[in-house]
Amino acid sequence: MARVVVDVMLKPEILDPAGQAVANALPTLGLTGVESVRIGKRVEIEFAGDADLDRAREIADKLLANPVIEDFTLHVEDGRA
Amino acid sequence: MRIGVVTFPGSLDDGDARRAVRRCGGEDVALWHNDPDLRRVDAVILPGGFSYGDYLRCGAIARFSPVMRSIVAAAGTGLPVLGICNGFQILCEAHLLPGALVRNAHLHFRNRDQLLRVESTDSAWTSRFSVGQELLIPVKNGEGRYVADQATLDELEAGGRIVARYLNGNPNGSQRDIAAIRNEAGNVVGIMPHPEHAVEALTGPSTDGAGFFTSVLAHLSAGATT
Repeated sequence: MARVVVDVMLKPEILDPAGQAVANALPTLGLTGVESVRIGKRVEIEFAGDADLDRAREIADKLLANPVIEDFTLHVEDGRA
Repeated sequence: MRIGVVTFPGSLDDGDARRAVRRCGGEDVALWHNDPDLRRVDAVILPGGFSYGDYLRCGAIARFSPVMRSIVAAAGTGLPVLGICNGFQILCEAHLLPGALVRNAHLHFRNRDQLLRVESTDSAWTSRFSVGQELLIPVKNGEGRYVADQATLDELEAGGRIVARYLNGNPNGSQRDIAAIRNEAGNVVGIMPHPEHAVEALTGPSTDGAGFFTSVLAHLSAGATT
């Protein structure tokens, strides 16, 4: 089995109010110095055989991310516990 | 005229949409997400709700349902399609309409009676309105903020494809106060507020929503006689 990890993030120009809410909460915890927070999604895809990056890219492009509002990156994760 | 209303797992407003169709003089037809058969309908409504639990993104999974494959194909040849709220999200995910609908800018679910201004009557669903007409229709969404890149927004404006804008306050932070848009041909319309909740005085803030359903019925009748 092999795992491909897909990270999906809102494009930089799309306002992320959830991230802003987290950033705004930090000072109330006494955690300062943070300029901004943006929230994305991490998706782990398990392949039965070898990691198929092309297939993973197709999955990410067609379903996991909406290219109108989101970008994604993907990588093979090694050394699974 | 047969107006199909799709039920997805998680649809909420399919019942009200079917009732609105009946009240406005159409024959309502139940369509099922897992059945590609459109049952000879003359138009389709994608209702509000939380299809497939809104998992991943609103509308992202619904887009791949068997019924949507049929609807996308039929919309390409002129079938009138109205997406309300979650239905609007599905239409964007299916690329029948440009842009996307994301989390409200203020993060709150917004549920209120909302004033709209009709901007375009060149669609199958708005021909009975007049440009500039004001409508009072309930809005209820958590992810209703319409976004698109500037070029797409300019194209929508230039082509008269913004169908309605929010008046007296934008409930979700939608770009350019967009409440509803249409495709280039005018047969596909997506709207965030809920016209099906404003078709009778007993339960709605107005009966302004009826115009969407009477418009499509008039559009279909005109097509049938020519």
